[in-house]
Parts: sequence; structure tokens; C-alpha cells
Amino acid sequence: MDFWLPVVFAGLMALAMLIYVVLDGYDLGVGMLLIGAEDKEKDMMIASIGPFWDANETWLVLGIGILLIAFPTAHGIILSSLYLPVAVMLVGLILRGVAFDFRVKAREPHKPLWNGAFFLGSFLASMAQGFMLGHYITGFQETFAAYAFSLLIGVGVVAGYGLLGATWLIMKSEHELQRKAVRWAQAALLLTAAGIAAVSIATPLVSTRVFDKWFAFPQFLLLSQIPAISIALILTCHFRLRKLAKRIDSRQWLPFALAVSIFLLAFAGLAYSLFPYLIIDEMTIWDAASATNSLQFVLWGVLITLPAILGYTVFAYRVFWGKTRELSYD
Amino acid sequence: MDALALARVQFAANITFHILFPTITMGLAWLLVYFKTRHNRTGAAHWNDAYRFWVKVFALTFAIGVVSGITMSFQFGTNWPGFMETVGNVAGPLLGYEVLTAFFLEATFLGIMLFGRKRVSNRVHTLSTWMVAIGTSMSAFWILALNSWMQTPAGFEMRDGQAFVLSWIDVIFNPSMPYRVTHMMLATGLTAAFVVAGVSAFRQLRGDTTRANKVALRVAVWLAAILIPLQIFAGDMHGLNTVKHQPAKVAAMEGLWEDTEGAPLLLFAWPDETARENRFEIAIPKAASLILTHDPNGLVLGLNSFEGEHPRVAPVFFGFRIMVGVGLLMLLVSWTAVWVMRQGRDAPRWLVRVLIGMTFSGWVATVAGWYVSEIGRQPWLVQGVLRTADAVGPVGATSIAVSLTTYLLLYAGLLVAYISVVFYLASQAAAGYIPRERTRLDNPAQPAGA
Repeated sequence: MDFWLPVVFAGLMALAMLIYVVLDGYDLGVGMLLIGAEDKEKDMMIASIGPFWDANETWLVLGIGILLIAFPTAHGIILSSLYLPVAVMLVGLILRGVAFDFRVKAREPHKPLWNGAFFLGSFLASMAQGFMLGHYITGFQETFAAYAFSLLIGVGVVAGYGLLGATWLIMKSEHELQRKAVRWAQAALLLTAAGIAAVSIATPLVSTRVFDKWFAFPQFLLLSQIPAISIALILTCHFRLRKLAKRIDSRQWLPFALAVSIFLLAFAGLAYSLFPYLIIDEMTIWDAASATNSLQFVLWGVLITLPAILGYTVFAYRVFWGKTRELSYD
Repeated sequence: MDALALARVQFAANITFHILFPTITMGLAWLLVYFKTRHNRTGAAHWNDAYRFWVKVFALTFAIGVVSGITMSFQFGTNWPGFMETVGNVAGPLLGYEVLTAFFLEATFLGIMLFGRKRVSNRVHTLSTWMVAIGTSMSAFWILALNSWMQTPAGFEMRDGQAFVLSWIDVIFNPSMPYRVTHMMLATGLTAAFVVAGVSAFRQLRGDTTRANKVALRVAVWLAAILIPLQIFAGDMHGLNTVKHQPAKVAAMEGLWEDTEGAPLLLFAWPDETARENRFEIAIPKAASLILTHDPNGLVLGLNSFEGEHPRVAPVFFGFRIMVGVGLLMLLVSWTAVWVMRQGRDAPRWLVRVLIGMTFSGWVATVAGWYVSEIGRQPWLVQGVLRTADAVGPVGATSIAVSLTTYLLLYAGLLVAYISVVFYLASQAAAGYIPRERTRLDNPAQPAGA
């Protein structure tokens, strides 16, 4: 078995998952924040994510697709172990996705119902994703402590997506909604920080291998930068939001950039803990990899299409750059 | 029910629900390209109006297709882990190419196509419409290549219980692939044509006399009339291909128990699997042999040659008759409509009602056809390579039952919501063109604006 191909595909999968978490993270976050918004604001909030959510969600299909393509054995084990939370997430994503269209196309009296479905779907999907992450990190243990921990991570991810969503809105909205978004971001940041701390403490405790990986010298000196920078970023974000709460200035994009960076670091830490395992301490990427021939065939496709995908994704974001205006088919 | 049966029912429920929406969007995407092109060429407003109405229906349909499709990508793993463990080397890359070449393309350009009209040039907007249409068709190409490979696997070898690819060309262009892709693409065209015809007819019934609605109706009826004979021909070719590669499926489709020279075509029968015979047969002598072998005395293999290795007969047998029946009805209706509406005549009221009734006829034929194809492949998941029973996962029956119930309730609700919202959009569009005063005069009992 080739050494590098599985590594490349693990990297691609991580990249797809990271892009997914950031992109769908902000739109699921906006969906959850609907619960605190006025009706008029709801239209604006959804308009800010309307042109993007579809493509954002496709990164999940790519991430799961790469798991399926490159590591089929692990795909089967992971997804059958996560059967029920996956089902909950899918129901959530379905509700959220269809509510996008139904809420504006169905009869006016039904609109609150679809707004509710939009919120509920976003919440269920986020919660389920966090729960899955927790269940996955604890090696699919079926103990009370493990489930409680998974639920906690669920709350952490809800808060994290809320942070991405709120900071996205700070960037894309104006006036009262923008001020509201700043307050949402402040609350979400606190919870997110607590969630990241929980995962960081729990992961080394679950696996001695992870513990050794982090706390052995001399790597520790370098690795300790990850939590240190994370704390610095969280504090910067905190102070930035406090300033914005007092007066809206021109650096409205900064909280979103900071939130994305916090996610990036948390993701990097997690990836470092897990690598090279797909199922913690049980199955490595080399154990689970598909045939070399199949991976090569897909790699060609990735090399050709991924730059194009990134290119037209950037183009789509540029088309809808700046403050959100009302969405219309005209 | 045991976990295997539940896993099958759940997967079938999801894929049945999912296929309804891409079947419309694939065809509708090309109709939108057509409306857009006509508008660009002629500058006439009614083509633009037709585009603007149908792009709304497209958006709604597409969204449901996307979210139900995501469910599919997970259920390969949750319900059939053995599938990927055995043939993952083949199936994985084909699915991967679908995501890479199709999903991103359609999803990204959809945003610009729906909401970008004022933000990009008309050229870029036209390009986006094309990209969405190309994306939907690419997606069909890859997924049908995979499905065809499961029916007629080629270009691989088995080593230690796993499939390894020898030739990607042979895998992709496996024996049934060209027929299945053609058959399905024509099906999407027909489904979209009848949806557009039915909804436009509904608008006409609601008093919509706009040019936009008239041209949409006319285009749809013509499209159906052109595609249906092609579809009947393609279906026949596909059938001949199936005789060659999956004779047990054809025996179930024909309800034929014994190997027969000069096999009859059963118009109706009640296949009794325990007695292994048919009841209440109505048959045309030798016609099945004529169709399947192009020789009235040709040999058609019967189910008894495949005992224990053939699918359940009744669903395949009836599914096939429903598909063909709806196809023939489509032929009758579309050709009649083209004749009645010749030289710019309006569709009369009876035709309008028939077309409304046929709105979702494409769904019935497509789903029935897929049941023939997929149930007809049983007991195999990959013909001759992997049995369905060997691919099922360790998930317990209770978990599946709970999630299945949730999915079924959700899907039933969404289907009702979808159909009613499509017709609601149509009635709104129709109402938008009726002057208020006239509405009041027509319905004096109703308050103004009601």
C-alpha cells in the first residue's frame, strides 16, 4: 500500500470538513439566531445566506464522500456507530433546506411555521454534529459519562456556529440587526470558549496516546502555541466585540475572521490528536484506505476540479459581496 | 420486520422520495436554458416571464432534491456498510466524481441564477443557467454509471472479497450504462414537460391568458410529444439489453414461469409465487417473444430457471405494467394535445383538465420503472457479486424503525407541502394578471381583493 496517497486523502478530507464547518457553520448559526429576531430581520438574515447555503452544504457531501471513497471500511463503521445522531442531523438539514424556499413561497399564514422549521432544523443539525464529534472522540463508548460529554460538545458546537453566524451578520447587516448580532456574538463567544476548553481537556484523558502526543518534550513547546494563540484570539475577539457594542466602526469583518481563526486552530488541534487514526486508537488511515488505483483515479479528478470549484466559489461570494440587500428573483 | 427488511424499506423510501425532485429539475433546467435562450434571441418579454415563473418552481424543487440527496450519501454507510467494503473501489470514485463535477457546479451557480440577475451581466446569468443544467445532467451521468455497474458489472476483478478496478472505461461504460442514461434522461425530460404542461394548464384554468403561460404550455406539450416516441424506442432497447444481461429480471417483468418458445405478452395476470403460476391471465400469444427476441417463436427464459435467484415477481411485474401504461397514456395525451392545439389554437377546457391530471404522471412512470430495475436486481445488490443480505449493517431494527417512521412522516408532509405550494405559486401567478375589478365583477359575493 502506498504511503502518501492515504495521507493526501486524509488531508483533503480534513480540508473539506474544515471548509464545511466554517461555511455551513455560519449559515446554520444564522438559522439558530432566527429565534431572537423580529420578522423583518428574519428575512434579512436569511437573505444574507440564501445564495450560499446550497454550495456550503455540498462540502459536507464532499467530506463524507472522501471518507467513503478513500476509507470505505472506516466510513461503514463510523456511520453505523453514529446512526441515530446522523438521522437527527439529516432531518435537521432537510427541515432547514426546504424551509428556505417554503417560507417565502407558501401561503403567508404558514410563514411562521416554516421560520420555526428553519430554526429547529438549524439547531438539530448543529447539535447532532457536535454530539457526533463527542461520540467520535470518545471512541463510541456507550457509557453515561460519554453521552453526557457528547451532549456538552453538542452545546459547544451550537455556540460555535452561533458565533460564526453572529459575526457573519455583523459583517453583512446594518443598523439594529447589526447591533443585535454583536450582542449575540458576545454571548456565543463565551460558550464557544468553554466548549473548546472541554474538548481540549477531555481528548487527552480519553486516550493515553493523545496525551503522550501532546505532553511529550520537545513537541510540547511548539504545541502549547495552539492553545496559547487560541486564547489570544478569543480575547481579541472579545475586546473587538466590546468595542463594536459601543460604536460600529469600519472593521466589521474582523470578528468573523477571528471566529474563523479560532475554528481553524481548534480543528488543527483535533486533527493533530487524531492523526493518523480514523477511529481513535483502532484504525489508521492506512488500515482503511481503498485500492491505490481507485485513489489515483479520484486524485486526478480532484486536481482538475478543486481549483475550478474554489475559483467559482470565490466568484459567487464576490457577486454577493457587501451588505445584504433583499433577495429577489428579478 | 427484521433489520434487513427495514434497512431496505428505509433506503427505498429515501431514494424514492429523492428521485422525484431531480427527475423534475434535470429536465426543467434545460427548459430554463431554452426559455433564457429564446429571450436572449428575441428579446420578447413573455420568454423572460416564463423563465421567471419556472425558476421559482426550480428553486423549490432543487432544494428538496439537495437535502434528500444528502440523506442518500449518508445512508450508503449507515444502511449498507458491506456495499462500500466490497465494491468501494468502484463505487467511491464514481460518487466522488459526481460531487466534484456536478454538485458544486450546480449548487454554486444556482445562487447566481436565482438571485444574481441584477448583480451580474446577462451573459453571466445565461452562463449560470447553463452551468446549473450541465451540473444536473453530469450528476445523472455519474450516478447512473454507478447504478448500471451494479446491474451489469464490468471492468473489475475480485481479490479477497473486494472488487479491484481493471479498466475505468469498462466500469463507466458498462453494458447497460448507455441504455439506462438515455432512458433516464428522456424520463426527466418527459416528467418536466408534463409538470410544465400541467401547471400551465392550471394557470389557464384560473384565468391566466398571458403569452408567457401560453408559450410554456405549448413548448411543454410539444416537448412531451417529441420525447415520448423516443422514450418508447429507448425503453425497448433497454429491455433487449436486460434480456441479455439480467434474464431473471425480464422473466419477472413478463411473469413467465417456464422457459417458453413463443412466449405470450401478459396484459394482466396475478402472479402467485407460492404456486409458481399466474392467475387471471389476459395474454397476447407470442407477443413477448416478438418484443424481446424480435422473433415470434424466440426462446424466453422463465423464472423456474432461476429458482431462488430471482426477485419477488409481483412488484416487478406490476411495476413494469404501470410504467408502460403511463408511457402509452403520455403518448396519447401529448399527441392529442399537439393536434388539438395546432396552428396556435388554445387548449380547450377538457384538455386543460386532462393535462392537470397528468401533471405528475412522470413521477409515477419513473418510480415504477426504477422499482422494476432495482427490485428486479434482487437478491443481488451488485449483480452476481454481492447479495443485498450480505451488505446490511449492524444497526438494530429498533433504531431503523424509529428513524424510518420519522423520515416517512417528514417525506409525506414535504410532498403535500411541495405539491400544494407549486399550485399555489401557479394560482398566484394567474391572479397577478387578472385585473382586480374583473375579479370583483365575476364574484360579486366576494369582498374586493379576496
